[in-house]
Amino acid sequence: MLAALRCVIHRDLLLATRRSSDVLTVLLFFVIVVSLFPLGIGPDPELLRTIAPGVVWVAALLASMLALNRMFAADHADGTLEQMLLGATPLGMTVAAKVFAHWLISGLPLVLISPVLAIQFDFPQELLGVLALSLALGTPVLSLIGAIGAALTLGLRGGGALLSLLVLPLYVPVLIIGAGAAESAASGLGGDAQLLLLGALLVFAGAFAPWAAAVALRVSVE
Amino acid sequence: MEKTSGIPSLEAVDLHCTRGERTLFKGLAFTLRGGELLRIVGANGSGKTSLLRIACGLLEPTGGAVRWGGEDVRRLQEEFWSRLAYIGHANALKDDLTAAENLRVACTLAGIGARDAQIVEALRLLGLSGFERLPVRTLSQGQRRRVALARLALSEAMPLWVLDEPFTALDAAAMNCVQDLIGEHVSRGAAVMYTTHHEASITAAVSLRIDLEGS
Repeated sequence: MLAALRCVIHRDLLLATRRSSDVLTVLLFFVIVVSLFPLGIGPDPELLRTIAPGVVWVAALLASMLALNRMFAADHADGTLEQMLLGATPLGMTVAAKVFAHWLISGLPLVLISPVLAIQFDFPQELLGVLALSLALGTPVLSLIGAIGAALTLGLRGGGALLSLLVLPLYVPVLIIGAGAAESAASGLGGDAQLLLLGALLVFAGAFAPWAAAVALRVSVE
Repeated sequence: MEKTSGIPSLEAVDLHCTRGERTLFKGLAFTLRGGELLRIVGANGSGKTSLLRIACGLLEPTGGAVRWGGEDVRRLQEEFWSRLAYIGHANALKDDLTAAENLRVACTLAGIGARDAQIVEALRLLGLSGFERLPVRTLSQGQRRRVALARLALSEAMPLWVLDEPFTALDAAAMNCVQDLIGEHVSRGAAVMYTTHHEASITAAVSLRIDLEGS
């Protein structure tokens, strides 16, 4: 079973390296959106410092939503998804592996580049770690919740718009807690509480979302 | 629970399938034991693919049930699926992966641990020597189908094969090869269920036939 999971992750990463434009689109979108804010708002360091966590988090959320459509679409189109459904590995595990691979491709790059982008906002250097950590805990939650939505809207016409409507309300708590971590750290309260909450959300979503997505996939493929 | 040559039988009981408003079939029943070959015939849109997908447990029948060794396949889940090789309409290949990589992924998903040499051998058997390292994108339709079917050469241990139009896009040589694979598998005591529009001549001790037009 572990071999199958490793195989799914390896395959998705291999596909991403052979078609790197998909990965770059998400990363580029994130970089552009975050970079446009200081240009649009003007050079007021105090204001920029205040809005930095919120802007980075909103951009990360939108970028992660941009990539959601692709999570199962290609596998559904070429029939690989049927083989996964009929595979020897429990579907929930396969889905977990796919979500992990999806996060490595579309979430991890955002986490890694976020400290660089936050510098544009004159964000205090000692808090860059908190911001990156909040994204590192939060973006996998977004991918996991998004997987349920992507599985439910698979194969639907206009699925993209429906998907956004479906997952956005579920994304909001993650956004509030995630952006709150760096904000409260900046105000001197420390972001531990929010980070712990994000960690709890991640554990919760990691345990349940893949199985929910698996059930949704079975329904969608019928 | 009926058993022949140690392999549980696949049993369809009073199957009923409606897609949209249309009833495709009703009251359909069959039993497929080990060592038997079952061919589903019928015109386009008569429900052949739906029947195969129901038999695999991919699709829930409107009524009735499919049982494997007496248990509903949709309840058995992985226990049934780990013993099933299903080749659908779609080839389940990734354009950006090579033939060998695709075959390896397909085998691993199905729970078959294949060595590199076996993968190369399976592709050679289907006449794809020299194409192992080419991206599937560069192959023709027939060659893609061959890559998908190469999985059968590594699925000897699977007691049930369900094949949806396996001969589509194949030339005469490849078709013979796949027919031989199916014939050998049935003679090993496994069960094979398939549909085709081609004139197939597969030698099997017990050949069953279901005509969806007649039901």
